Amino acid sequence: MEIIKKIGLTLFFIGLLLFTACLHLSKFQMAGELAVDNDVHRTAITNAAAQSGLQGGEPQSIWTFAPRLKTTIKDAQSMLQAEVDAQGLPEGVAEWDYKIGDWKIKEYISSIVSSSTAGPISKSPWLWFFLTFGLGIIGGLLYILPSFAKLPGIKNDHVYHRSYQRGLRLAPRAAVLSLTIAGVLGYGIIYMGGSWIWTALTVAAGAIILYLVMIQQDSAKNQPARSAGPSITGWFGIFTGIYLIGFYILLYWAPSYIQGWIQLVNPISEALSGGPASQWFLYGFMYTIIVIVMGIRMIAKYRHNTYQMIRTGSVMFFQTAFAFLIPEIMVRLNQPYYDFKNIWPLNYTFFFDWNLNKLLDSGGLGIFMLVWGIALIVIAVPVITYFFGKRWYCSWVCGCGGLAETMGDPYRQLSDKSLRAWKIERFTIHAVLVFAVVMTILVLISYFSGSARLGFLNSEQVRTWYGFLIGSAFAGVVGTGFYPLMGNRMWCRFGCPLAAYLGLVQRFKSRFRITVNGGQCISCGNCSTYCEMGIDVRHYAQRGQDIVRSSCVGCGVCSAVCPRGVLRLENASGDIATRTSELRTIHIGEDEVTMLS
Amino acid sequence: MHIVIIGNGVSGITAARHIRKRSDHQITVISAESEHFFSRTALMYVYMGHMRWTDIKPYEDWFWEKNRIDLVHDYVESIDYGGNQVILAKANPIKYDKLILATGSKSNKFGWPGQDLEAVYGLYSKQDLEAMERHTPGLKRAVIVGGGLIGIEMAEMFRSRDIPVTMIVRESNYWDNVLPAEEAAMISRHIREHHIDLRLGVNLGEIIDDGQGKACAVTIKETGERIDCGYVGLTAGVSPRIDLVKDGPIETGRGILVDDYLETSVPGIYALGDCAELREPQPGRRPIEAIWYAGRMMGETVAHTLTGDRQPYRPRLWFNSAKFLDIEYQVYGDVPAQLPEDLSTLYWEHSDGRQSIRIVYETATEAVRGFNLFGVRYRHEVCEKWILDKASLDTVLQDISLANFDPEFCKQYEQDLVDQYNQATGKSLSLRKKRNLDQVLTFLNLRS
Ligand SMILES: Cc1cc2nc3c(=O)[nH]c(=O)nc-3n(C[C@H](O)[C@H](O)[C@H](O)COP(=O)(O)OP(=O)(O)OC[C@H]3O[C@@H](n4cnc5c(N)ncnc54)[C@H](O)[C@@H]3O)c2cc1C
Ligand code: SF4
Ligand code: SF4
Repeated sequence: MEIIKKIGLTLFFIGLLLFTACLHLSKFQMAGELAVDNDVHRTAITNAAAQSGLQGGEPQSIWTFAPRLKTTIKDAQSMLQAEVDAQGLPEGVAEWDYKIGDWKIKEYISSIVSSSTAGPISKSPWLWFFLTFGLGIIGGLLYILPSFAKLPGIKNDHVYHRSYQRGLRLAPRAAVLSLTIAGVLGYGIIYMGGSWIWTALTVAAGAIILYLVMIQQDSAKNQPARSAGPSITGWFGIFTGIYLIGFYILLYWAPSYIQGWIQLVNPISEALSGGPASQWFLYGFMYTIIVIVMGIRMIAKYRHNTYQMIRTGSVMFFQTAFAFLIPEIMVRLNQPYYDFKNIWPLNYTFFFDWNLNKLLDSGGLGIFMLVWGIALIVIAVPVITYFFGKRWYCSWVCGCGGLAETMGDPYRQLSDKSLRAWKIERFTIHAVLVFAVVMTILVLISYFSGSARLGFLNSEQVRTWYGFLIGSAFAGVVGTGFYPLMGNRMWCRFGCPLAAYLGLVQRFKSRFRITVNGGQCISCGNCSTYCEMGIDVRHYAQRGQDIVRSSCVGCGVCSAVCPRGVLRLENASGDIATRTSELRTIHIGEDEVTMLS
Repeated sequence: MHIVIIGNGVSGITAARHIRKRSDHQITVISAESEHFFSRTALMYVYMGHMRWTDIKPYEDWFWEKNRIDLVHDYVESIDYGGNQVILAKANPIKYDKLILATGSKSNKFGWPGQDLEAVYGLYSKQDLEAMERHTPGLKRAVIVGGGLIGIEMAEMFRSRDIPVTMIVRESNYWDNVLPAEEAAMISRHIREHHIDLRLGVNLGEIIDDGQGKACAVTIKETGERIDCGYVGLTAGVSPRIDLVKDGPIETGRGILVDDYLETSVPGIYALGDCAELREPQPGRRPIEAIWYAGRMMGETVAHTLTGDRQPYRPRLWFNSAKFLDIEYQVYGDVPAQLPEDLSTLYWEHSDGRQSIRIVYETATEAVRGFNLFGVRYRHEVCEKWILDKASLDTVLQDISLANFDPEFCKQYEQDLVDQYNQATGKSLSLRKKRNLDQVLTFLNLRS
């Protein structure tokens, strides 16, 4: 048994190593006609490439190829600019059809890079696919499957003894978080074309929240007792976190550099949608594989608990079918790419002009998608949440939730349970909701008025900043990159605007709650420790008070890990108005004394 | 008024919290074991790596200052009854107006030869936990003496580190002085399923010194067999920790004797939790109930008394819970190990031998008296209401689904239970309720 696990782990690491190496192993060489759709630009870039020696040179790795390509395109840009300066625009040609706009540079780099592949991976993609993904999957399964032979029951042994699961002390944790935030905000200035105003606004919002939590509400001195104890620092966790953060940074902001990985899944993309893989296809594919493999792990771990098994099966299904396969098949059928389970405001591009136009231009199906998307927002969310709580989405359907519940399960104990974290959470998640709503309203006003300018605001910039800060940096870089550092629901807890919306319904109008079984709680703390949303479940359980919290995603793990069977996720309409206040503890006294809390 | 509490376990801390909730009295809690209140029941999870020390503290460290509960991390050497003050090992004496003794228990030692050697410990305190951790590296085998709820936890702890464990248990089936035979047999099987070397029906002979004052083996009294080991856990029960008051004016028996109001024989001094012994326990209850829940309820009671609402200690129906490795255990009401004449029992066990339901009822009236559950969760309030209402077995069986508290989608065994009953009695009862919270709320009169 142990030997199989060891072999599995070894294979997994070989796969991971080779996967990482692919970035370097894939080679690039300009050949044939460049993948640039504008004739003027293509000719200019081809000439510049011939001059700089890029055209016809030796195959080279992405680290040299991409920067050289960028310089080449910039040369072409200034060549064209010089021509225009000298001779003016040719008759009948629009300015940006002739000159190369700055915003085009990224696009050209990425299309030229992806059509210039040479080297081992593009020659035998299947072999490399096997050596990376294949070994990773086989290794992972070999590591996981022996757990099915163990007796069913909670298996949290050694969670806090393992370097990759035990999290960070407060100081290093704060350091990694601050560095990441500073990096993101700094890069944001570049991303917004040198405009610092967005970064400044964000810093101001952050400062206000910190002021309110730390000073106004006086919890600066309330040390978060439940951040890791002294002398605990998991180096392996830091490494994993940095790897994930790096992955997301490349994925969102420098996708040309991960061409090596994209090539690995090219054949699969061709087979599914008929087109070559993009970085998003790679991401969707990896995401699905991880949710499936780690979902199997989750089922092995909680197979004494049917709720966990069904729920995990559900997120595996929705990820594979709804998030991955169906959209690709839609594309193959020449229909718009559409994820039927993604709901605004998590799906923040839903009301963007290009999306609306795409749907409106796609006939009956497009209209159906539009109506479906709106119905999810205004009908499904409130109604289903009323009946079952936000869990129906967050831990049964959602992709972010799916990843958190599978790949993220080993890290659920790292969520911060302090009161302070809860205060911060309430500010940030609702701030993001407000930001999402305001951004969408501005975008819609622009859509109907046809102008991005709205007084002093530019809706185009607002949405770009939202996409950068919330859509990419928060949801991806921080949301997933911080799994091993701050728990698996960083995004869902502090950032997701849809979770905020679902949470409001859950808190104020829902049948859902976690009931506490009389006086059976022994205050052991397993429930709080393993609550990925950082809810101090024990606080309620030991007082015999039912738990109604807007952030609870109903994962049911608190109930699963409780050694005394104290917690149960339930729905009832009978006592909706009082379900938060009712304290049903059986404590002392005959019936004449009603003891509360 | 200055209330001084000795012991920051669940009983002392519950008293402090409720006094604070109900009054503005000055509160000081003195304890030697740890700076802050922690959950003793969760000690095992720290060793097994499920939680860190900080996670088993039910309140964040700032809680105490914010609620004006003064903590003193010191040992109380003696009480100066005349001067109304407690004498501390390190700090200056502290004066009190009322004194609450909540000193807990200590592990039993029955005078076994070698019981004071190094590497011989109970499992009660933070220090015991640290000792286990200290002796773990290189440990080849641990021997645990005594079955029961703490022994099984210690065994699970060592097994989590793949350390072979031998358990020396006097009873002929695990904990069968408390559990009925079937359940005791089930647990014995389950312990062996976990590759624990369970020796039933035998006693510890002696603990053998390795020549340097450290235990290196034990012998079994009956057979003389020698078992080499590097650690000996003594988990043959606990007894009240009363050394502090033993030689003073406070009357003691096995524990500190208290009246209905938890007051000792010295007015103004109260005793709670594991260390307290009730002079007149409720019918059917024991004078010392060394469990978490009793300590908590006593803490609440005394808080009422000290804040102007004098209350006798009236625990409601007996309940308890535990976990034997992977099998959860809950009990409500009376479930005696040996059935007396006037009681009967209905017992169902799953074919995998890891789940069971037992209902105890009065033979004559068929009024339900107790529930014993293994691997199945039942609702406390519902079971309690049935028992207090003296509901008949037939009623309970037909409504039994109301009690089910297992997670959603888990297989329910109520039908199997009723089928078995019907078969045995020739009755044809059927389930008339579903496991549904609305129905439960209605049943409990909690619907608004
Ligand atoms: C491993 C283990 C598992 C358990 N599991 C369960 C369970 O699952 N369910 C259940 O119901 N019960 C369980 N119990 C029993 C339960 O923990 C006890 O009943 C409960 O903790 C008693 O609380 P207490 O406040 O009375 O005493 P304690 O928790 O023992 O607190 C007393 C404190 O007073 C301190 N003290 C004593 N004398 C002095 C002095 N002179 N000066 C200063 N400080 C002093 C002690 O050091 C100690 O910290 C378990 C016990 C153990 C050891
Ligand atoms: S409270 Fe329980 S069900 Fe809710 S998120 Fe936390 S662990 Fe999951
Ligand atoms: S509810 Fe369960 S897990 Fe949570 S503190 Fe109480 S006994 Fe422990």
